Amino acid sequence: MINFLNYWKVYLTISLSVIIFGLVAIWQWGYTYSIDFVGGTNLEYRFEKAIDQQSLEKVVTKNEGEVIQIEKRPNNGYVLRLQAIDEQKELALRTTLENEFNTNIEVLRSETVGPVIGAETLRKTAIAAAIAIVGILLFVAYAFRNFNFALAAIVALFHDALVVVGLYSGLSYFFGAELDTLFVTALLTTMSFSVHDTIVVFDQIRDYRKRFGKGNIEEFANKALTDTMVRSLNNSFTIMFMLLALVLLGGTTIRFFAGTLLIGTITGTYSSPFVATPVAVWLEKVRK
Amino acid sequence: MKYIRYILIFFTSILILWIDLPGSIPIKFAVFGQNVDSEIKPLVIDIQGTNFRYFKEFKTQLGLDLKGGSHLVFEADTSGTKQSDLEDALNASRDVIERRVNMFGVSEPVVRTVKSGSIYRISVDLPGVYDVAQASTLIGQTAQLHFKTQPNEDQELSVIDNSESTEGAGLALFNLTKTTDLTGKDVKKATVTFDQQTGQPRVALEFTKEGGKLFAAITEENIQKQVGIFLDDILISAPTVQQEIRDGNAVISGSFTTEDAKQLAVAINSGALPLSINLVEQRSVGPSLGTVEVQRSVTAGVVGLGMVMIFMIAYYGRLGMIANGALLIYGLITFAIFRAVPIVLTLPGVAGFVLSIGMAVDSNILIFERIKEEKRKGKSFDTAIRLGFGRAIDAIKDANVTTLLVAFILFNPLNWEFLPQFGLVRGFALTLAVGVATSLFTGIVITRRLIQIFYKK
Repeated sequence: MINFLNYWKVYLTISLSVIIFGLVAIWQWGYTYSIDFVGGTNLEYRFEKAIDQQSLEKVVTKNEGEVIQIEKRPNNGYVLRLQAIDEQKELALRTTLENEFNTNIEVLRSETVGPVIGAETLRKTAIAAAIAIVGILLFVAYAFRNFNFALAAIVALFHDALVVVGLYSGLSYFFGAELDTLFVTALLTTMSFSVHDTIVVFDQIRDYRKRFGKGNIEEFANKALTDTMVRSLNNSFTIMFMLLALVLLGGTTIRFFAGTLLIGTITGTYSSPFVATPVAVWLEKVRK
Repeated sequence: MKYIRYILIFFTSILILWIDLPGSIPIKFAVFGQNVDSEIKPLVIDIQGTNFRYFKEFKTQLGLDLKGGSHLVFEADTSGTKQSDLEDALNASRDVIERRVNMFGVSEPVVRTVKSGSIYRISVDLPGVYDVAQASTLIGQTAQLHFKTQPNEDQELSVIDNSESTEGAGLALFNLTKTTDLTGKDVKKATVTFDQQTGQPRVALEFTKEGGKLFAAITEENIQKQVGIFLDDILISAPTVQQEIRDGNAVISGSFTTEDAKQLAVAINSGALPLSINLVEQRSVGPSLGTVEVQRSVTAGVVGLGMVMIFMIAYYGRLGMIANGALLIYGLITFAIFRAVPIVLTLPGVAGFVLSIGMAVDSNILIFERIKEEKRKGKSFDTAIRLGFGRAIDAIKDANVTTLLVAFILFNPLNWEFLPQFGLVRGFALTLAVGVATSLFTGIVITRRLIQIFYKK
């Protein structure tokens, strides 16, 4: 048996530094919100021949106003982010570009979201997240007949959510990841995974309690952690293999989605033994 | 009894494999000098009864983001409609759009109404349509249908022309100025029929109950006079009323060709769009992008799966191989479910599936660790398996319930309007949920069988 709980200060330091880094990142860099939330138009064009990015930007700006973002893709592809324009204007813009650069354009993707829908999406997503958290809390409280455990599971859940939300700001700043509905999906999945993992550890503690009565909670917890550590790591490895493959080889649209899930899996695995369990033990001791 | 079970398992396996077949597999070989030349195709059920036909094809359904197409969301302008009529008006609009889209020749369009608070929307999915401008014009035209009659004081003019022909309407047109309360809202539908005597095509109108009453009143007042049917204030037909019509049906006859009649029916149906709508969201994916994304996801899935399998064998040895076997079975069953339901696979949906593979492995790892633990305590092989399974199942159940809970909220099956209703997230939640549910089954039932068969001391 390894006395995992002894090193709680280390865990606290790691968790706090990651979370504080994330919060500073949010404060400093914020996010690039996708058109899902703020409305706008995304156009992914493929030109038949190479086009200079600056002159492309110039032509678009002249015709459709501000270019919010422009990104080069392989094979003469460009992704343009604009204020919301309707399909007629898009057609006009495309024709202008085709004439200006004397080439053909293939529309790989075109998306327009009105600002009203964006705000509504944001609100609904927040509600979904809130319901998910309450549901998880109730379920854990029911499954373990123990409110302390449920509370600890929720602390770990918030920990993981904070890590993901914070680090995503870094992804946003360094790699241009956009905050979109898929990010929210990844966040909610992380939350469910976080609890999933925590439950396995708690289940082991519950098991010891069943067999040996209400003994020393600290000892049970350490035993449970020793028992489940290998399983926990192995399990995370398998999920991480799948996600890593998606990040490195998968389609461009889900790259950041898979990346977020990857961060979520790592922090979800970490938080069960090093956040949830110490908190649960502490709560059990304090509230006796 | 035991044999029946094996036979059942055997046939289920064949069925699953048959559903999962990627495409036609040619079979060519020679037995006893006889040449066999045939091919196996993925399962298609086609039962032809006397008055019914059941047809089901098991093939992978891809979402718009993977096969290409357009997704349009329209918001209805509800300001001119009474609250009580809103639901009907919206559904009627949806039906009209559906008809228009079908006439456009789109295969498998999906038209849905979405209510969000006091805002009503209609979402239209058009696979294989990339020209959003054209599609939205077709759907969004706000043509309004009106019926107009001649003002009473001009009665003498009405006698001038009472021919049935719309083209001969001539002079009288200018007098069709009196608007009536009858509008496109009151037309249930317009269809092309043929005159039983002459074989001439004509357009049959079916009014709603309210419309029928209005029409009866109009026809009663205008016997032997013309009634003008206007679409966006353009006269499209001016039939002469022969008698009062009470049954809520009317026929527009004239010297139409079948094509004319069809267009008129379409125009009237289109005009019957009871709400004016405007486009608020539009997403279209070209055909080439989706193909690339599918290929990449499949590659990623295969590579990831390979890594997982190697890891499992490296760490758990023989048990790992069994887990891999269970994993393959898991993948085949899940894929068969995707095809059978069918579940539309979107890109996030594929990600959900990939993630659920990772979670399926988890059940096996949990079980193995518990079995090992029991064996360390000196239990016999059989007891260790029994106890290990028993103890692992509690944790597996509890852990997976939370995943299912979140998937439920994301999928929003009851279509609660306070929850997100967007397709991509739903696709992810659905495949994840199906994956997790299947993994509960394979993890508990199949892994156990495999261990009992292949893992003798």
